[in-house]
Amino acid sequence: MALDKLMRALRGHPVRPPQSGIKRRKSIWERIHIDPWLVGLLMLLMVAGLFVLYSASGQRIESVIAQGMRFGLALGVMLFVAQLSPSTFLRWAPLAYGLGMAMLLAVEIAGDIGMGAKRWLEIPGVIRFQPSEMMKLATPIMVAAYLNRCQLPPRLRDIAVCGAIIGAPVVLIAIQPDLGTSLLVASAAAIVVLLAGLSWRLIGSLAVLAGAALPLLWMNMHNYQRQRVLTFLNPESDPLGSGWNIIQSTTAIGSGGLWGKGWLEGTQSQLEFLPERHTDFIIAVLGEEFGLVGMLALLTLYIVIVGRGLWLATSAQETFSRLVAGCIILTFFIYVFVNVGMVSGILPVVGVPLPLVSYGGTSSVTLMAGFGILMSLHAHRRLLPR
Amino acid sequence: MPKRPGTLKNPEQELRIFRIRALLAALVVIVLTSLLMGRLFYLQVTQHEIYTTRSEKNRVRIEPLPPNRGLIYDRNGTLLAENRPTYNLTLVRERVDDLDETLNLLVELLDVPDEEVEAFQQRSRQRQRPFQPALLMSDLNEEQIANIAVNRYRLPGVEVEAQLLRYYPDAEVMAHALGYVGRINAEELAELDPGRYAGTHFIGKTGIERFYEDELHGQAGLRKVETNARGRVLRELGRVDPVPGENLTLTLDENLQRLAYDLLEGRRGSIVAIAPATGEILAMVSTPGFDSNQFVTGIDFASYRALQEDHDLPLFNRAIRGHYPAGSTIKPFLALGGLVEGVITPDRVINDPGYYQLPNDTRRYRNWLRWGHGRVDLERSLAVSNNTYYYSLAHEMGIDRIHEQMSGFGFGQRVGYDIQGESSGLLPSREWKRARYNQPWYPGETLSAGIGQGYWQVTPLQLAAATATLANRGHWVRPRLALRIGDEPVPRDLPGTLPDIELENDAWWDRVYNGMEKVLTGNEGTARRTGVGLEYRMGGKSGTAQVFSLGQDQRYNADELAERLRDHALFIGFAPIEDPQIAVSVIVENAGGGSTHAAHLARAMTDAWLLEDEAPEAEEIRETLEHDNGRVEGN
Repeated sequence: MALDKLMRALRGHPVRPPQSGIKRRKSIWERIHIDPWLVGLLMLLMVAGLFVLYSASGQRIESVIAQGMRFGLALGVMLFVAQLSPSTFLRWAPLAYGLGMAMLLAVEIAGDIGMGAKRWLEIPGVIRFQPSEMMKLATPIMVAAYLNRCQLPPRLRDIAVCGAIIGAPVVLIAIQPDLGTSLLVASAAAIVVLLAGLSWRLIGSLAVLAGAALPLLWMNMHNYQRQRVLTFLNPESDPLGSGWNIIQSTTAIGSGGLWGKGWLEGTQSQLEFLPERHTDFIIAVLGEEFGLVGMLALLTLYIVIVGRGLWLATSAQETFSRLVAGCIILTFFIYVFVNVGMVSGILPVVGVPLPLVSYGGTSSVTLMAGFGILMSLHAHRRLLPR
Repeated sequence: MPKRPGTLKNPEQELRIFRIRALLAALVVIVLTSLLMGRLFYLQVTQHEIYTTRSEKNRVRIEPLPPNRGLIYDRNGTLLAENRPTYNLTLVRERVDDLDETLNLLVELLDVPDEEVEAFQQRSRQRQRPFQPALLMSDLNEEQIANIAVNRYRLPGVEVEAQLLRYYPDAEVMAHALGYVGRINAEELAELDPGRYAGTHFIGKTGIERFYEDELHGQAGLRKVETNARGRVLRELGRVDPVPGENLTLTLDENLQRLAYDLLEGRRGSIVAIAPATGEILAMVSTPGFDSNQFVTGIDFASYRALQEDHDLPLFNRAIRGHYPAGSTIKPFLALGGLVEGVITPDRVINDPGYYQLPNDTRRYRNWLRWGHGRVDLERSLAVSNNTYYYSLAHEMGIDRIHEQMSGFGFGQRVGYDIQGESSGLLPSREWKRARYNQPWYPGETLSAGIGQGYWQVTPLQLAAATATLANRGHWVRPRLALRIGDEPVPRDLPGTLPDIELENDAWWDRVYNGMEKVLTGNEGTARRTGVGLEYRMGGKSGTAQVFSLGQDQRYNADELAERLRDHALFIGFAPIEDPQIAVSVIVENAGGGSTHAAHLARAMTDAWLLEDEAPEAEEIRETLEHDNGRVEGN
């Protein structure tokens, strides 16, 4: 039964055939399938991010311009993705997932080693590509596509299939090794299952199981990964080595106080004590220069974006759309939480950038592609009758 | 699309489930965000003070500013010790892209000798605070600096840093008088005031550098600077300037010092010249000298070993630590002692048969002239250096009175004021012998003392100081090396000065001077050859000291043996007699019998000091000596 559903999903049958439906006057936003509120909030975040980036990059306007152009590209990608109909995602999900898995296997066999981990796939001179990045979207959409075929809440058998869909890429990414990304992929996909109505009893037993698996995980970790965890538990143990980052970032944030030292006035940031200050640790620059007030303002902005996203997800008509939209927006929040938690010293150091503020192209484009999907699912709802 | 009955979907229920779950998710989002906000509140409000302090400590560094060490000049303002900028090579590992490649390039550019390459690379790998420079090499030469400068773009993280190092332009000539500075060692560090010596790496180890360490060093300052994480100083926030050390002007005369060194070159010996009226040491030389600059940066093991094992003991400061029998140079002082004690008068005459015998003793103590000088009075006893006269005098005075009188001239004690490491020599006494050997004093030993032999040992500085006192008509002045500290003259009345020596009849001084003048100008004078053509009145006394070993572990080889068994030649002199400007003592080890050698050197010193026209070159004097060699003029 379940296998049958999986096969159907893999063949990419749409949930419902699209209908040429009710004609009515549409606003310009509806016509381009964009939620103006969400886009406005995201652009506000980008502008704030560019201000912080200017300070964090050592006042290099070149970095700000480069980042601004990436944002432009990311907005373009969002706009394009938003034009695709939900059925497209449903249809292409199995293909994208299958392709991603194939590439992950290729990485495992012939991957390019960078920083002690095989993450990159390269066609020399053409493209250098991280398949795990693609799986961040492909896996949860695949799970949603599968669950879309099931009766919800999912039964144990469906959940087992979902577990397999999630487990395969997660394991492949984890052995690259890239524990951070594999956990992000796993949590994104798990969110889909949770939103689909996984029973509380199962959630409870899985949590116990995960707790039991922790020692096993520890034993299979690489040394540098263990070191990160140990450093997280006690940063002072190696203040000049791996604890340096956390000590410097908490010092930066803490010394910012309520109002901050002022834009471009943060000594931790401007005098280069803060490592990775324009990428993963950029929020420490904000914390130092704009203080608690600036931090709360930024967190509030994120919360409003997440709230708006959840609202859009809830108002989607179709289960598939709701699951994917909810997953995208909650994953977005996880990035924010993990990053801020890491920089402020309540989570171990993992390489997660702060969405739309950290310097870097790939993550911005992936994120905005996700928001594109979110808007498509929302804006196309009227084309899907009940 | 047909659906199986079992998979019938219920959109309403699915929506309901999703809404509940989304609501729960929103709750979780709010809880987690509150957690973050709580953490931020804790960091930025509760713990704000702690992190502010920590951030300040990161940014602000206190840097010591070591003071410049005072310079040392001679009495004419010639620079004797300066601070020379030198360049060190440092490396910040965190800023180096490829350590191995950089090191290989540096080895090539700096021309590091093969045997030092490993040590060189080792230094770069020493663990230290991130972004702290490691010292790879000190005292780069100009070629090396240029090579680094040209290749800078290939060497990120490599810096050339300036540092002031002590430098002695006239190292060999001045080494023993000045001493030298060296790196502060662990023992010294424990006793230093850390605030005062913050940032200072060098301290006076010997000589003047050590004695006037406090004055020369100065007081360290400090500055508060803002640095970035790489340790680069961005700006200065505050500053307390260091107080530089005082410049020191010495009593030494560089020209006279150099002359003395040249006169002794190739020989082991010492010359000390003192201005009698003031006690100012004009020259103080011990040969062979050594290059004290080697000790500043830390001498390498092989060079140090070579200096240590050199049989000529270049590191040994003969002028203040060499123990020599005074020989006949002691005679004027004994004569004065006899006059003070009333044992003799200048007019007393003895008959010298060529030997002296103690009562009830058959042993004959011989004069150096086997057939004797016949009738000998005070003046003649000095001019011909008669032994019998002094055997008799010594016997009559007795060792106790000899000890007392000779102590008055400074023998057996440290005489210098600011002389680091001076030895007290040895002035024997009954008490000393009992303590040392647990034996009584024998009368024969008194006779030995009478001609400056036996246990009695003097240093060249003592001999010069005693000569200055004699030249001063008994007024005792402590020898010293410092003329001015900064602009302050060193006071004349130095502590520990001995009482003046007073004779019953002041004219007796002139009788002693006459005797000493006849040494040089009398037709029987032991140094009459040296006195030829004297343009001023000079008093002197020659001496010959029987050899004894200097060091503890001297090993002689066969070739050296003969040379090293020869007697030491000594001479003391002062001039002009009517207004003495210079008193000098000369000791030339193993120069052979006779006074010629040492007397010529003493005259060269007084000529150089007293005559306006150019003094004869050291070279010429040495040639004359070669010519005279072998001719024995007497004791």
